[in-house]
Amino acid sequence: MRKVLTGNQAVAYGVFLSRAEVISAYPITPQTTIMENLAELWADGVLEAKFLRVESEHSAMASIIGASMVGARTFTATSSQGLALMHEMLHWAAGARLPIVMVNVNRALGAPWNIWSDQTDSLSQRDTGWIQLYCENNQEVLDTIIQAYMIAETVSIPVMVVLDAFFLSHTSEVVEIPEGGEVEKFLPPYRPRYRLDVNDPHSFNLMVSPDYYQEFRYKIQMAMEEAKVVAEEVDGRFAKVFSRGYGLVEDYLCDEAELILVTTGTVTSTSRQVISQLRQKGQRVGLLKIKMFRPFPVQEVRAHLKGVQKVAVIDRNISFGCGGIFAQEIKAALCDQGERPQVFSFVTGLGGRDITPSVISEVIEYTRRNDRPEKEVIWVGMRG
Amino acid sequence: MDKYLDRLGIYAARLVSQKEYFVPGHRACQGCAEALAVRLMSKASRTNTVIACATGCIEIFSSPFPLTSWMVPGIHVAFENTAAVASGIESGLKAIMRKGRIPLKKINVVGIAGDGGTSDIGLQALSGALERGHNMVYVCFDNEAYMNTGIQRSSSTPFGASTTTSPAGKVVPGQTTWKKNMPEIAAAHDIPYVATACPSYPFDLMEKVRKAAEIEGPAYIHILSVCPTGWRLPPELSIHAGRLAVETGVFPLYEVERGRYKLSIDLPELRPVQEYFRIQGRFRHLTEEMVNKIQRRVREEYEKLKKKVMMTREG
Repeated sequence: MRKVLTGNQAVAYGVFLSRAEVISAYPITPQTTIMENLAELWADGVLEAKFLRVESEHSAMASIIGASMVGARTFTATSSQGLALMHEMLHWAAGARLPIVMVNVNRALGAPWNIWSDQTDSLSQRDTGWIQLYCENNQEVLDTIIQAYMIAETVSIPVMVVLDAFFLSHTSEVVEIPEGGEVEKFLPPYRPRYRLDVNDPHSFNLMVSPDYYQEFRYKIQMAMEEAKVVAEEVDGRFAKVFSRGYGLVEDYLCDEAELILVTTGTVTSTSRQVISQLRQKGQRVGLLKIKMFRPFPVQEVRAHLKGVQKVAVIDRNISFGCGGIFAQEIKAALCDQGERPQVFSFVTGLGGRDITPSVISEVIEYTRRNDRPEKEVIWVGMRG
Repeated sequence: MDKYLDRLGIYAARLVSQKEYFVPGHRACQGCAEALAVRLMSKASRTNTVIACATGCIEIFSSPFPLTSWMVPGIHVAFENTAAVASGIESGLKAIMRKGRIPLKKINVVGIAGDGGTSDIGLQALSGALERGHNMVYVCFDNEAYMNTGIQRSSSTPFGASTTTSPAGKVVPGQTTWKKNMPEIAAAHDIPYVATACPSYPFDLMEKVRKAAEIEGPAYIHILSVCPTGWRLPPELSIHAGRLAVETGVFPLYEVERGRYKLSIDLPELRPVQEYFRIQGRFRHLTEEMVNKIQRRVREEYEKLKKKVMMTREG
């Protein structure tokens, strides 16, 4: 079935089709309409779930940790300040190895107050032990939710599905909605390996001394490594059933490219246009979209950027005192490669500022013109 | 005072199951009344119980990996969110029972936390869970300070008590604020059951836990848990101190069942608070003037409570 859906409606469909059993959330712009859409499905009896309207995002995550621990499939969604408030619980969800799926609608953090798109909220959760998947369009949003449950329940690591505020959350696009029975075949009910069971009592999340703690961490790292393989497999199986696949990264017009632009989220769609036009003009430029941020697809990034002279990374985020976060990750992935491209780091589009085709052209033009960047971080699209 | 226990019957002890759900071998301090209270609570909630435990003494002394004293399943998820975690457990169980993934049966969901985890950092999550009406029991084990981190004052520390962050100094005489009235805050949520208890009155405590578990909807029990380490009290006086807290009116035992107040032990006469203070090092700096000030407040509060009993009496 094809429907015109906003990104947030696509999220609600994804959660509904994945048959989430406990949903817990707290309103925050631009996430709120996800919660509203789920509430409507729930109030009409279409969505058979327990729906907790909690008093904070911290309790949203705490409550679904409890629900996931008894073996229910769970969901929550948030943004920005809400994600920051939840931060402590993200560590707990991952540490407890719970397959929770959460949507974060990328929004800027205060101060100053801003409700528009910016990736710094989710990227600052980098070290919490969550898988992070960034989406480019509403179809990808819906499909990624279904895949996220499959990945999370296979490797026992929670997954954050990320979409841009307003550019996706409140923008309508045509979306193909998979048939419920097909999704049920693809994603069977959640069968936990361990749970709070009165017939088989165990104490979870105990105090662990230095004698054991490190091994617990090691196992999470191993599961993250496994998650890359599992995510590829899940995407492959999904593609077979639903004829749509995304990969951990996606290359676009990269054949014999001398310069590759690296993007995430909705900037990718705009960049496809620019790159395609430049190709028509004979410029050897390509595009690499990064979907998975954690675990970071190091091998895939290396493989796609091998033999390229220059790489321009657009970051709609900033790690103060360092620079664009995706650029750092890419530099780190490339630094020990014998032959490696020159990486240019561009920061733009913060707090929802449009990243227009002319901004993207400027980024590519700068990279073409210069052998090396004049600064570690180049800010583009600044007011004059 | 034994005559006040008459209504419980002297045979009550024989009716309590020998089975333990919180077993020995844990690492609580000598004379820890909280450990005793947890044991009694577990005996009353019995099997078919899931525990959500806040960070604090209980969590640390009962379950250092790979050991556990718990014979029922439990989860620890940080400090300030026990009620939220318990509410999620309750919802999750309902969700998977509805789908037939586990058999349909009554499972008690019990959230436990200390006074800091309840009246300070966990108050918001608790208020949210009580308001949402989950079928769960929340038990606050109140030892009147952050004992796990080394006796720092909380909003539940009584006026005048010396702690490491409200020390009795030359100018400041210990805690300068009155103890937050948590049972009243819980009752203000209009939940079906609120009670206070103390392990010095074991059958009363167990009866209240049993009642709380049976009632449909949220129930709150506030248990005074004497802490010999933090109260500067010989461990053998724990049970005695709990009784004095009740008999002086400092910690009255009562229930609020569907809005009706009932005293569990109606004391015709309160013993002087000084008897309770005398055995505790945390109060030894109190001047006569401060003791009198506290005595007046205790009487006033007790009278207020009695008025609530009168006003909400049936018929």
